[in-house]
Amino acid sequence: MLGRLTWAAIPFNEPIPLLTGAVVIIVILAALGLVTIKGWWPYLWREWITSVDHKRIGVMYVVLGLVMLLRGFADAIMMRTQQALAIGDAQGYLPPEHYDQIFSAHGVIMIFFVAMPLVIGLMNVVVPLQLGVRDVAFPTLNSVSFWLTATGALLVNASLVIGNFARTSWWNYPPLSELTFSPGVGVDYYLWSLQISGIGTLLTGVNFVATILKLRAPGMTYFRMPVFCWTALATNMMIVAAFPILTATFMMLLLDRYLGMHFFTNDGGGNQMMYVNLFWAWGHPEVYILVLPAFGVYSEVVATFSGKALFSYRSMVLATLGICVLSLMVWLHHFFTMGAGADVNAFFGMMSSIIAVPTGVKIFNWLFTMYRGRVVYTTSMLYSVGFMITFVIGGLTGVLLAVPPVDFVLHNSAFLVAHFHNVIIGGVVFGAFAGYNYWFPKVFGFTLDDRWGKAGFWCWLGGFWLAFTPLYVLGLMGMTRRLQHIPDPSWRPLLLVAELGAVVIFCGILCQIAQLYVSIRTRERRRDLTGDPWNGRTLEWATASPPPAYNFAVLPQVETIDAFWYMKRTGRTRIEPAYETIEMPRNSATGFVTAFFATITGFALIWHIWWMVIVGFLAAAVTVLVAGWSDPREREISAEEIARLERARLGPRQPAE
Amino acid sequence: MNGHDHVFDDRTPGVEEHEPSASYLSYTAGLGLAILATIASFIVSQTDLLWPPGIPAGLVVLAFAQIGVHLVFFLHLGSGSDNTNNILALAFGVLVVFLVIGGSIWIIANLNENMTAMDHMMQVRH
Amino acid sequence: MSMAAIDTAPTAVRTELVPGRGGGGPASKRTVVAYGFWIFILSDIVMFSCLFAAYAVLSGNTAGGPSGRELFNLHNVFAETMCLLLSSYTCGLGALSAERREPMRFMLFAAVTFVLGAAFLFIEVSEFAGMVARGAGPGRSAFLSSFFTLVGTHGAHVTGGLIWLVYLVAQVVAKGLRPAVLRRLLCWSLFWHALDIVWIGVLTLVYLMGAR
Repeated sequence: MLGRLTWAAIPFNEPIPLLTGAVVIIVILAALGLVTIKGWWPYLWREWITSVDHKRIGVMYVVLGLVMLLRGFADAIMMRTQQALAIGDAQGYLPPEHYDQIFSAHGVIMIFFVAMPLVIGLMNVVVPLQLGVRDVAFPTLNSVSFWLTATGALLVNASLVIGNFARTSWWNYPPLSELTFSPGVGVDYYLWSLQISGIGTLLTGVNFVATILKLRAPGMTYFRMPVFCWTALATNMMIVAAFPILTATFMMLLLDRYLGMHFFTNDGGGNQMMYVNLFWAWGHPEVYILVLPAFGVYSEVVATFSGKALFSYRSMVLATLGICVLSLMVWLHHFFTMGAGADVNAFFGMMSSIIAVPTGVKIFNWLFTMYRGRVVYTTSMLYSVGFMITFVIGGLTGVLLAVPPVDFVLHNSAFLVAHFHNVIIGGVVFGAFAGYNYWFPKVFGFTLDDRWGKAGFWCWLGGFWLAFTPLYVLGLMGMTRRLQHIPDPSWRPLLLVAELGAVVIFCGILCQIAQLYVSIRTRERRRDLTGDPWNGRTLEWATASPPPAYNFAVLPQVETIDAFWYMKRTGRTRIEPAYETIEMPRNSATGFVTAFFATITGFALIWHIWWMVIVGFLAAAVTVLVAGWSDPREREISAEEIARLERARLGPRQPAE
Repeated sequence: MNGHDHVFDDRTPGVEEHEPSASYLSYTAGLGLAILATIASFIVSQTDLLWPPGIPAGLVVLAFAQIGVHLVFFLHLGSGSDNTNNILALAFGVLVVFLVIGGSIWIIANLNENMTAMDHMMQVRH
Repeated sequence: MSMAAIDTAPTAVRTELVPGRGGGGPASKRTVVAYGFWIFILSDIVMFSCLFAAYAVLSGNTAGGPSGRELFNLHNVFAETMCLLLSSYTCGLGALSAERREPMRFMLFAAVTFVLGAAFLFIEVSEFAGMVARGAGPGRSAFLSSFFTLVGTHGAHVTGGLIWLVYLVAQVVAKGLRPAVLRRLLCWSLFWHALDIVWIGVLTLVYLMGAR
């Protein structure tokens, strides 16, 4: 009846997951109880859960990313603590089979459920506003994407309490991940949660490519798009190119596990290296999928807070597109040591070095933008400058690793761990925080507290360097990654410094929570009434903060890049246009309901509860069919209503000619 | 919102733009060419009409020809002057397909050459 | 939180709108839907490319089991190919009739397309059943795993396409050929043509090269 699911799946004898799980469940129940008592359900259902407004969906993505960041960080500090304790004779507090799950979950959560939601969330909030349009190409599909991502996150976290998670690291390489060596549910949790959230991500990619290429304000030619939109375009093209590879690869592994096929098994003619090959054919573009939107954020932030147009817009665009194409040609550098010959390794080594060139171009563009600008060091600008310094070093260690002979020495060492944390934290996470501080007033109508924000930044920057510089050194000393126990006591001092770094990062997170709390408490003082708190350059600042549901009462007419800057200079913002009726998509429960049944299907597949698989799948399919039958319903906002809203915001202006 | 203007490259694959009679003609011509290519492929693979080592290459060429026929006559790609976006998207997709298939074959062949294949290893152990 | 504006020379000189640079404002809904679906199809083809790559890499790994040469029957494959080709043709003609608001002709072509697609599936399923009965199922060897997965995924797409076609015909009956239905039909015909393109790859790589 319940497949593999029995009471033994609940870890009664393991205090750490049991306690954590209990606390999480109590917190969730308390939150749900509070919502029920306060009667917030109708509001949540109407304004958030069924919302197809890109801004709301973006906010939900960012919230998901930030909550998962706490989970992923908890894993991180547990690992650092274990490595600081379990040296020499000491065994630490995490047994190996638990430690394995923690580093696997840490990687999966940080990549798929922190970094991805953060960048997709920012793209959701910002791209339609910057393009000067009212929503993405397919608003309901956007809601489906979000809820499928949330499904994946939910399944990964369910593994904490029900069963266990994969012990196979975030790559999940066979043959370890095959049924022979991982018969439990851990690998299935990994595969199904990523398959389901991967579909969501793919649909996001399709949605945004169509949005950026087909929906732009009149006059916004390709070379008038803000750089963030260009990076979003490149990222979503890479999502469309790369995520199907991941889906196909996981499908093959699932067929091995569920139907006894032989794609990656040791026996039957399977080839384990094919998994490694395909995984990284997705995995390397994925790195750039994450970092390109962050590059876009820095471009916007640096231009705005230097008070100058971005230096050499066209070279920035070309570098972005160059990275987009080159990133598809470097994947073998993740497995130089797997045994390919000199020609193959040399080709991919060279490509990996070449891809550093467009990235270098970008760094110079940002530096020259700041040069002779009147730089204002807000929190987001601090993150941008911190990024430039941090990322250059991370990039340089990457170029080192791109040299095959060096990689043979450093492969799977702590040096590698330091390198990719250097680019992901220094590149993606700092970018997400810069964007969060920069666009927060646009979304919520009040600015974030700068003092707490800056304190958070300094903790993150200092903590990062404290935590990862020792790992560079330890890697050179011969420490490999994923050690549950440290054999060499002479590594202890550096591991203690790394632990201290993790604690400092934790202080940074606390500062950020304090920043949010203080800002909400003092929001009346920090209202953004102009819609343009930073003296911005692009169209998202041309509308109110928070923007009305329809974003723009009249689609802006774009005549240059930095369109809003040009409008401000020519005084066009002071003319009242003639308003027309606007049609906006209605709310839809399709996303939530589909994801609900997808969760049930995924859970049932993991636990081999076949009747529930059929029920869940059919219910999800019917939901999609019902949604596909209905005619698109739009709600109309009348011209008078829009005029009233706009006048309330802007006061009387000159009528249109 | 619905300012559909043919001056700008807003066409999508599959959208008709010929005169209706020309479309019937286009589909029929496409079908004829596709059938020819298919039959040619079968002939090439089943006979020694072609120099035997060149047969796989010949088959691949015929397959690409037929895919081209489908794209032009059934999906109406490339027949207009203003569908840059569609072609660019297709070009990007083709690039990815080539990288994945070509890269995988190249890499795995190289690994097989340099490393003992797994089934050999299993045989040695038994 | 205002800050002094520093004026730098505008980086872009105002240019007149040039056709083909996308300055014409948001595209029509039909264009957006079809373009979005085109992108989705490209992603699906990338997914297939992985299965092709896996087949290309694993097709020699028969693990002592039967090879393609022993298993493939090219007569069946030729029939399958013709079914799909003709169904692509009738699908195109059906789409044409729908565009011209001729529901009866559309239904006729849709019915023919459905029959051809179903015939294709019938041949494929009997081929699979025959192979499994001979002990050459997907679990026999890596070659057969990749064969069944590649060809089977294509077959699953055809099945999905047939279900989708029935669903759309029902929409045409219930609602007539209104714009929303026409947009869905356009997506479906793109999907169907794309499946034919994937089949050309399957035919060439799996059957014609494998049967030699």
